[in-house]
Amino acid sequence: MAATTTVPSAGPIAGSRSFLSRLREGDEIARLITFLFAISVVLVTLLLIFELWQGSALARHKFGLQFFLTRVWDPIAEQFGALPFIYGTFITATVSLVIAVPLGIGAAIFLAELAPVRLSDTLEFFIDLLAAVPSVIYGLLGVFIVVPLMRDYVQPGLKNTLGFLPLFTGPAYGVGFLTAGIVLAIMVIPYIISVSREVLMSVPRDQREAALSLGSTRWESTWKVVVPFARTGIMGSIFLALARALGETMAVTMVIGNTPTISASLLSPGYSIAAVIANEFTEATGNLHTEALIELGLVLFLLTFLLNGVARLLIVITAQRGGGTAHA
Amino acid sequence: MKRIAGILLAALVVASMASAQALLINGAGATFPNPIYSKWFDEYHKKNGNIEINYQSVGSGAGIKQVTDGTVDFGASDGPMSDEQLKAFQEKHGFGILHFPTVLGAVVPTYNIPGVTAALNFTPDALAGIFLGKITKWNDPAIAGANKGVNLPAADIVVVHRSDGSGTTYVWTDYLSKVSDEWKTKVGKGASPNWPVGLGGKGSEGVTGQIKNAPNSIGYVELIYAVSNNIPYGTVKNSSGSFIKADLASVSEAAAAAAKTMPDDFRVSITNPAGAKAYPIATFTWLLIPEKFSDAAKRDSIKGFLNWMLADGQNYAEQLSYAKLPKEVVAKEKIALAKIQ
Repeated sequence: MAATTTVPSAGPIAGSRSFLSRLREGDEIARLITFLFAISVVLVTLLLIFELWQGSALARHKFGLQFFLTRVWDPIAEQFGALPFIYGTFITATVSLVIAVPLGIGAAIFLAELAPVRLSDTLEFFIDLLAAVPSVIYGLLGVFIVVPLMRDYVQPGLKNTLGFLPLFTGPAYGVGFLTAGIVLAIMVIPYIISVSREVLMSVPRDQREAALSLGSTRWESTWKVVVPFARTGIMGSIFLALARALGETMAVTMVIGNTPTISASLLSPGYSIAAVIANEFTEATGNLHTEALIELGLVLFLLTFLLNGVARLLIVITAQRGGGTAHA
Repeated sequence: MKRIAGILLAALVVASMASAQALLINGAGATFPNPIYSKWFDEYHKKNGNIEINYQSVGSGAGIKQVTDGTVDFGASDGPMSDEQLKAFQEKHGFGILHFPTVLGAVVPTYNIPGVTAALNFTPDALAGIFLGKITKWNDPAIAGANKGVNLPAADIVVVHRSDGSGTTYVWTDYLSKVSDEWKTKVGKGASPNWPVGLGGKGSEGVTGQIKNAPNSIGYVELIYAVSNNIPYGTVKNSSGSFIKADLASVSEAAAAAAKTMPDDFRVSITNPAGAKAYPIATFTWLLIPEKFSDAAKRDSIKGFLNWMLADGQNYAEQLSYAKLPKEVVAKEKIALAKIQ
C-alpha cells in the first residue's frame, strides 16, 4: 500500500484499473499462474481416479461386486477377491489408532499445557525428527526389535492371560496384525503429538484464565476447557494419522506376515492393500492380475476418500458443538 | 497407470538418448541375474566404448511387460514367456520374440531348527508336504526317514515363502508341480501362487530374516544368495534317487541333462531333470530379444553383445556364483542368433 500511494499515477485509478493495466502490473499474471498451480492439484486427483478406473476395467467387469466379498487371491487360477486385504488394512489401522490416540493426545497435553517451555520445545524437536524418519527404518525396527519381542514375550503373555478371547489365539509367529498395528502406532504418534500440541498451544489465553479465575484447578482447566476448545484440531491430527496408517506400505509388509487371511485373532499373520500392491505389481504377468491390483489401488483410494469425507463431517459437527460450549 | 509410466519412461529414454552420444540400448527384467548382467554390460561397454547397455532390474514380469509394450529394447526373465504372452507380443508387433539363455541359477531350501547343525536331506515328497501344509512337525517320518541320526524336534514347522512376485518362487513352484500331483492341481506354478500355508517375506532378505527370527522355520532362497550370505541349506533328492547339494557343478549337470532335449525356442524347464549328479531345482535365465529391430545399428550391437556373452562373457559367470551354459546350448544359441533381423 505504501508503494502505491507514493506513486502518484497509480493511486487515483486503483479502484477502476482496466484489465490491461492490471495485466501490465502483473496482478493478473500472478493470479493466473497461482490459479494454474491450484487447479493442477484437482487435475492430478481426477487423472488418478480416471487411470485407476480405466486400468481396472477388466477386473471390474469380471468380478463385479464379488471382488469385495470373496477371499481367494490366486494369481495362477486368476481368482481375485479383495476381502482379506481390505480386512487387514482396516484391522491394522484400527489397532494403531487404539494405541496411538491416547498416547499421542496425552503427550500433546503434557507438552502444550504442563511442561516447561524449554522442555516442550526440545521434545518437539525430537518428535518432528521422528515424523521425518523414512518408513523402511520403522520396518527394520519392527523386524529386529518388535517382532522378536512379540514372539518371545508379548504374544505368549497375551495367550496365557487373555487367551480365552478369540482375539488372542493361534501360534505366536511374532508377525501379524497386532505387530503391524504396533509398528504403525509408533509411526503415527509423532503426527498426533505434533499437530495436537500446536492446536492446544493456539487456544487463547483468556480461555485458561477464565477457567482458573472461576476456581478450577490447572488440570480441570486443561481437560474441561482447553482440550474441548481444541478438539477440532485434535480430530484433524487423528485423521492425518489414520491416512498414514491406511496407506503405509513398506513398514507394514515387513511385519504383517503377508498372508491373505481373515482371522479374528490379532496374532494371526495378515496382509494389507498397500502391501500386496507393492509386493505383486512388478511380477504380475497376466493382464487380469495387474488389473486386479489396480482395482485394489482404486479401493484404497476410495477408502481414504471416504474417510476424509467422514473426517470433514466430524470436524464440522464438533466445531459447531465446540464453538457452542466455548462461548456459553 | 501403465500408460503414464510408459510415457514417463519414454520421455526419460528420449532425454537420456539426446544427452549421450553413444548408442544406448535399454533393457529391463529379472533381478536374479542382475549382478552378472551389470558386470557384462559394464565390461562390454569398456570394450566397445560407443555402445552403452542400460539394464533395470525391475522383475521378470515387468521385464516381459515392458518389452511387449515396446518401452525397452530387450527384456529378461527367470521363467520362459507363456504361449499367451508370446501371442500378445506377436499381435502387437507383427513379429516374434526370442529367448536366449544366459546363465543358470538354483533355488535351495534353507531352515532354522535350534540344535540341528547338520545339513538336512529333503525328499521331493517332504518338500511338497511341508509347503502344502500336510507335514506339520519336524519329526514327521517323511523328513526323519531321510535324516537318520539327526535329532529332529517334535516342533511345528513354520513355512516361509516370498511375498513379492519372484522368479525364485516360479522355479520353486515349478519344481513342486513336477514332483507332486497334488501341488500341481491345488496350487500350480507361478511367480505369486496362492500359498496353502506360511508367512510371506519380502525379497530374499525378507525370507532369510523371517527364518533367522523364527525357530523351526523353513523357506527357500536362490543359491547365489545363500552362498554370498553364508546361509546353510539342505540337499534335495533328485530323480535318480541321490541327495544332491546345490553347487555350480551340480547345477551345470542339470543343464547338461536338459541340453540334449533343448527345444529350438529355448523355452525349457530344467527342474527335476534326469542325470545322477544333477541338482533338481535349477533354471536357466533368459534374455528376451525381439526378432526385428527397425534400427540396424541397435540390432548389430545387440547381436554383437550376445556373441560376446556366449563366448568371453561366460567366463565371468562362476566368479559371481552363476553356473555357465553347457557347450551344446551355446552352440545352439549361436545358430539362433541368425533369427534376429
